[in-house]
Amino acid sequence: MSETGIGARLVRKEDHRFITGKGRYTDDINLPGQAFAYFVRSPHAHAEIKKIDTKAAAKAPGVLCVLTGDDAAKDGVGGLICGWMIHSKDGSPMKAGPHPVLAQGKVRHVGDQVAVVVARTRDQAKAAAALVNVTYKPLDAVADPAKAQKRGAPKVHDVAANNTVFEWEIGNKDATEAAFSKAAHVTKLQLVNNRLAPNAMEPRAAIGSYDAGEDHFTLYTTSQNPHVARLVISAFIGIAPEHKLRVIAPDVGGGFGSKIFIYAEEVVCLWASKRAGGVPVKWVAERSESFLTDAHGRDHVTTAELATDANGKVTGLRVKTIANMGSYLSTFASSVPTYLYATLLSGQYNIPNIYAEVDAVYTNTTPVDAYRGAGRPEATYVVERLMETAARELGMDPAEFRRKNFITQFPHQTPVIMCYDAGDYGASLDKALELIDYAGFAKRKAAAAKKGKLRGIGFSNYIEACGIAPSAAVGSLGAGVGLWESAEVRVNPVGTVEILTGSHSHGQGHETTFAQLVSERLGISTEQVSIVHGDTDKVQFGMGTYGSRSGAVGMTAISKALDKIEAKAKKVAAHVMEASESDVEFKNGSFSVKGTDKKMAFGEVALAAYVAHKFPTSEVEPGLKEGAFHDPTNFTFPAGCHICELEVDAETGVTEVVDWVAVDDFGNIINPMIVEGQVHGGIAQGVGQALTEGVVYDDGGQLLTGSYMDYCMPRADNLPPLRLDFTKTECPSNPLGIKGCGEAGAIAAPAALMNALTDALGVKDVPMPASPQTVWKAMAHLREAAE
Amino acid sequence: MENFEYHRPSKLADAVKLIKAKKDGKLMSGGMTLIPTMKQGLATPSDIIDLGGLKNTGVKVTKTKVTIMAGTTHAEVANDKDLKKAIPALAALAGRIGDPHVRHCGTIGGSVANADPAADYPAALIALNAKVVTDSRTIEAEKFFKGLFETALRTNEIIKQIEFEIPARAAYSKFPNPASRYAMVGVFVADFGKKGVRVGVTGAKGSAYREKAMEKALSADFSADALAGVKVKADDMNSDIHGSAEYRAHLVGVMAKRAVAAAK
Repeated sequence: MSETGIGARLVRKEDHRFITGKGRYTDDINLPGQAFAYFVRSPHAHAEIKKIDTKAAAKAPGVLCVLTGDDAAKDGVGGLICGWMIHSKDGSPMKAGPHPVLAQGKVRHVGDQVAVVVARTRDQAKAAAALVNVTYKPLDAVADPAKAQKRGAPKVHDVAANNTVFEWEIGNKDATEAAFSKAAHVTKLQLVNNRLAPNAMEPRAAIGSYDAGEDHFTLYTTSQNPHVARLVISAFIGIAPEHKLRVIAPDVGGGFGSKIFIYAEEVVCLWASKRAGGVPVKWVAERSESFLTDAHGRDHVTTAELATDANGKVTGLRVKTIANMGSYLSTFASSVPTYLYATLLSGQYNIPNIYAEVDAVYTNTTPVDAYRGAGRPEATYVVERLMETAARELGMDPAEFRRKNFITQFPHQTPVIMCYDAGDYGASLDKALELIDYAGFAKRKAAAAKKGKLRGIGFSNYIEACGIAPSAAVGSLGAGVGLWESAEVRVNPVGTVEILTGSHSHGQGHETTFAQLVSERLGISTEQVSIVHGDTDKVQFGMGTYGSRSGAVGMTAISKALDKIEAKAKKVAAHVMEASESDVEFKNGSFSVKGTDKKMAFGEVALAAYVAHKFPTSEVEPGLKEGAFHDPTNFTFPAGCHICELEVDAETGVTEVVDWVAVDDFGNIINPMIVEGQVHGGIAQGVGQALTEGVVYDDGGQLLTGSYMDYCMPRADNLPPLRLDFTKTECPSNPLGIKGCGEAGAIAAPAALMNALTDALGVKDVPMPASPQTVWKAMAHLREAAE
Repeated sequence: MENFEYHRPSKLADAVKLIKAKKDGKLMSGGMTLIPTMKQGLATPSDIIDLGGLKNTGVKVTKTKVTIMAGTTHAEVANDKDLKKAIPALAALAGRIGDPHVRHCGTIGGSVANADPAADYPAALIALNAKVVTDSRTIEAEKFFKGLFETALRTNEIIKQIEFEIPARAAYSKFPNPASRYAMVGVFVADFGKKGVRVGVTGAKGSAYREKAMEKALSADFSADALAGVKVKADDMNSDIHGSAEYRAHLVGVMAKRAVAAAK
């Protein structure tokens, strides 16, 4: 291993710039003559727009233009799309209502954008926006997904009867019914997976800039996938053809999925720039706009049942989920509660029969889409809450019940599409049990009881599917795009290297890990490598970063391009050293000729390739630059075991997480420090979901958690020191043997915590977030017993 | 935020003159509530009269009384050596208000005048039988807090200082709102020996109040057990997504017990 190669615990190269305030985020960019956009948003969850009077706003100081949905329609600005087609059980396509960039005729959630004011300054735009007079006719609203399909519920979109977007199914219904009819025991849970607001540290922002001379647009935006943004804004929204639109996603301060999607505001900035005569138009979300408009996550209502036989073997799983899509279908919304969710319902277990139904519904709430884990946390929550509950009901040890049902032979085809390629679930369970000192738990519980604390322990043996995904496979399931990745390796004449990648880094540390791969392969230091990403003019194409795919897919593309670089460099080296190509070896950054002492450093070969003096350019082209596209052959399957121990204050209901052990199998690890950071962050978000976070709407669709005064993010004091360890089975489907780690913590954590909490309280279920009040209510039975 | 005129008088008399002269003027001390409110467009004063220029700060401790000038920041109160000896519970309370930024800008006068139902100081004022001294009169704490953001202050009246009685022992026990970390319930218990026990509660109702049934029980027997039989009524308690009236009533009991146990 090179000192800065694969496996090195390298400090992140990008952090110096971030922590010294030298990052360059969208709001740090100011174009000459730039104007500002401010959006007029709906105060109603559901209303008809009777009239929009923009006269006073248009005359206000500094105002360049005021635009409404009618203007968008007149200018042919297309609507936002959902890029994954899901078909219902009856074969009918999903019912996607129109999603204009500015509301047309109706608003469907609080915060829906109704008009935009563009003015010379931010304050002028905001002041003028207050003068736009919108006449609404308020309509009844529905916010609760469980009520959306009920008779008489307000209709969000004309196209969707009963607010139903689709009624989808997966698995084998008849075989599953049969398994349940023969079951010795059935465990049933009603679960709500709470709605979360993504809360990236950097709010969304955009600058749209139209160059009339070139008839060309540039968009600076907070995107996880600038190329997909360009594709959608070109091909579907019709702002400009792709060669006339450049999308730049500079430093991006966190996304967690919420910056995958193509939103209205970014599109409006481009369009408004042209309408305002080529003045660049900037918009930066206020935090309250982030709460109202960044796509939320989760929001499932589920009934789940697990069938077991007399020997404690799981024989079947039956799930019915209502998934809240919000008021419009966001870019990848439909894929999340279907192929990213129900395909993981087998968990780590050999479950012969699975049947799941998912109804996706419209409500008068902010759209819901992928959020860290996207479908997989919901699946893990269902499976792991069921496994823990079943073990308790059967009187079995939850660890042993799981072990009895683990998949141990690979590859393993589940009944829900996924074919697991490698794993050792028993190994991570064993290690985690040892780390937590499982045998000592009873003592710790007794000690806690003496302090008036209820102590509980809970497991989460999660699995997830990363590295999304084989293009043909996702295409057959309805995806509108392929999910490969591209890379280009440019070796400069002096031997330094630029990697152009379609993967986007917004906190993941690609500038470090990708450079480590190059360092490993070419034997040069990471200091000699730069990673170029996030600009459609620099990188030819890419599918972006989400679903923990940048390592398994993005780095594999780089690896393939590096193969080509090595092959080409060998040819050059062979000519320069006057040897046969087959005798040239490349090792530790140096080319040598077998059986001789002839040697050339990588940089010397690079220079030779560019000066092109010593090889026939009719046979070998000058230069050293190669590209590759990589389409994965399978998902990757990170898995592991998290164990949470917590104590509940019996008087107040306050839950304190006192210990956390995570043993993950991510295959090969490029940079352990970055991987640990990802796990820490993921667990923090998962603990947030379980203990503190939850978007709350009232029955009328008003957002009650629209600021940090009411939306409770997890804080440092919600977390104990996290104890991490790893097991390893290499991923067979990529040459690096890596699986992905970005979402694991967020996927595993909620189930581990809620299993521990229900253990502590001796109850079947507690809703998330388990706020002190919620836990206090769940302890009513203990108070009654005491009285 | 709308435009406004900014004034920073250095004399109390000038501040009084200014606030009387300006049509929609607003007094500002630390600005920790007023400025966010203005940013949200919920307050649009024509004039801001910043009381920071009065330099009305400091803590004075005598044998029986602690006087805190209105412009004293929470951080100054929290770190005052004499106060830490005289009423450690009050210093500790100030040290847990908001975050470090708020504690270094926000002032006791501003907090008391604002009368946020979830603010910490009001519980202490009630329990420590404090007097609010303004530019024109002295008001007893119990009569000062009238309701939600409502005080006995007349329009244009300015708080000069707050005077606390020194108890034999006291403690403040706070149950923070998980999101905002304001007091969802905060109970200040002060034992004045022969003069009895006073219990001030914040966060639970529209404004801070005395929990008199607890005072009676604790005056007879200053112990957590003495509170076992005292039932806190949920009737007029606040209710929101973080805590129902019933939960708040329950927490008043728990926090009171913890305060009694911690009193020193």
